[in-house]
Amino acid sequence: MSEKFDVIVVGAGPAGTSCAYTCAKNGLKVLQIERGEYPGSKNVMGGVLYRKQMEEIIPEFWKEAPLERPVIEQRFWMMDKESAVSFGYKGLEWGKEPYNNFTVLRAPFDQWFAKKGVEQGVLLINETVVLECLTENGKVVGVRTDRPDGDIYADVVVLADGVNSLLAKQLGYHKEFRPDEVALTVMEVINLPKDKINDRFNLEDNQGCTIEIFGDSTKGNLGTAFIYTNKDSINIGVGTTLSSMIKAKLKPYDLLDYLKTHPMVRPLIEGGESAEYLAHLIPEGGYHSVPKVAGNGVLLAGDAAQLVNAIHREGSNMAMASGTMAAETIIAAKERGDFSETSLNQYREKLYQSFIIKDLEKYKDAAHTFEHYPQYFKEYVPMLNRAANKFFTVDGTPKKEKQKEIMKSFTSERGTIRVLQDMYRAWKAVK
Amino acid sequence: MSTKTIEEKQYLVRFKADTKSHLTVLDHDICMTKCPDKICTIFCPAEVYKWEGLRMQVGYEGCHECGSCRIGCPYQNIKWEYPKGGHGIVFRLA
Repeated sequence: MSEKFDVIVVGAGPAGTSCAYTCAKNGLKVLQIERGEYPGSKNVMGGVLYRKQMEEIIPEFWKEAPLERPVIEQRFWMMDKESAVSFGYKGLEWGKEPYNNFTVLRAPFDQWFAKKGVEQGVLLINETVVLECLTENGKVVGVRTDRPDGDIYADVVVLADGVNSLLAKQLGYHKEFRPDEVALTVMEVINLPKDKINDRFNLEDNQGCTIEIFGDSTKGNLGTAFIYTNKDSINIGVGTTLSSMIKAKLKPYDLLDYLKTHPMVRPLIEGGESAEYLAHLIPEGGYHSVPKVAGNGVLLAGDAAQLVNAIHREGSNMAMASGTMAAETIIAAKERGDFSETSLNQYREKLYQSFIIKDLEKYKDAAHTFEHYPQYFKEYVPMLNRAANKFFTVDGTPKKEKQKEIMKSFTSERGTIRVLQDMYRAWKAVK
Repeated sequence: MSTKTIEEKQYLVRFKADTKSHLTVLDHDICMTKCPDKICTIFCPAEVYKWEGLRMQVGYEGCHECGSCRIGCPYQNIKWEYPKGGHGIVFRLA
């Protein structure tokens, strides 16, 4: 293949396809390269897709995209061994247009999205690995693939090759990630009849529920578990930072089975039939881990640029927004006929002025804080459960006395000063 | 039934294995002499790595291509590449 393209996009996940779609729609000649058998075959996500960023690419996508359920309720559990303190929000307006977010299964969704790109004129090649970026005089000019005569050239290459992003590392844009910068997450898709899901989660057809679970779901390690309802299956998964997994010598699949058999969780999935098991890394280093995102003839988008807000479980939306910003930058660069780093740095500016980097910056110390001070997940969640138990158990003790006892139990376990320090530190990390 | 073991879990997944491994343990002596925990055998979500007394057996055919072993090996002793295009794990659902 000796012809030259305007743009080569590496990867057919949400970032790559958003970029390829927008470039092709604006008349650019786009080649998109996917290493899997089809788009989505290597991609994993817990399952929440946000409406806003997707809608900006394809208006009213919910009318045709393969979605599972619009999420109308988000629950949060602080779980102990045999109890959970929970809070959440349920709003029926989320079940109507324009919706807030949806549960999705990524293999069908990514195939659909990539097909929309192809309809705009993207040339999509599957089953092809990009081995390296080709450079000339310090500028990226194309890619070398694992196909025979596999060198292909373009004005600009977009690396949307996911969390491992070997290509950006080769270019020296980031070092190898540390185990505390990535979360290892495993999940299962469990088939369950629709009416069972509706009954157990208090839903109607076409209403979805998400549950995020902290505390004993990770045996107190830094991470979360989740349960998301699909049409007639449930995604259930758990992840912790790789460093926590290593430190605690956890087998991820044992942790998943611990979750599935937990007395708070088991009744929700009882009788279900496992359909798939998946493992994936999530880039959770946040603000400090974002690599160089624009270079001479090259841009990074999505997970490859570490654009994940772990606290709010946002990732695919940031992938889409960054892919779109990369496309807008490329379209402007094409008009200028300038694909130098200075020209492409417009992408960096867009990214840093958007919600993406602003949100990552807000939580820039959160992961580090919670990794460094394990008491939040290990001690406070059980303490909170004991407090709730005490407060809500009717035993003839006056409520005021109960309150006093609860406060005392908090401070006597950890000491007043330490509790105040812990609260201040947590507030500072997420303020 | 919902799965109970890693073997049952792996059985649910479709793999299109290449004939050549995309994972290479660079120096088995390092695993033997420097790494008492053989931590990759614990955290690998697909139980790809199994210590066989003298060397590390690498069952690359069941790899999810997550990248944990490359990042988590305390001695950077694992060479990690993508399987040949179209090969390796094929997720059908999520």
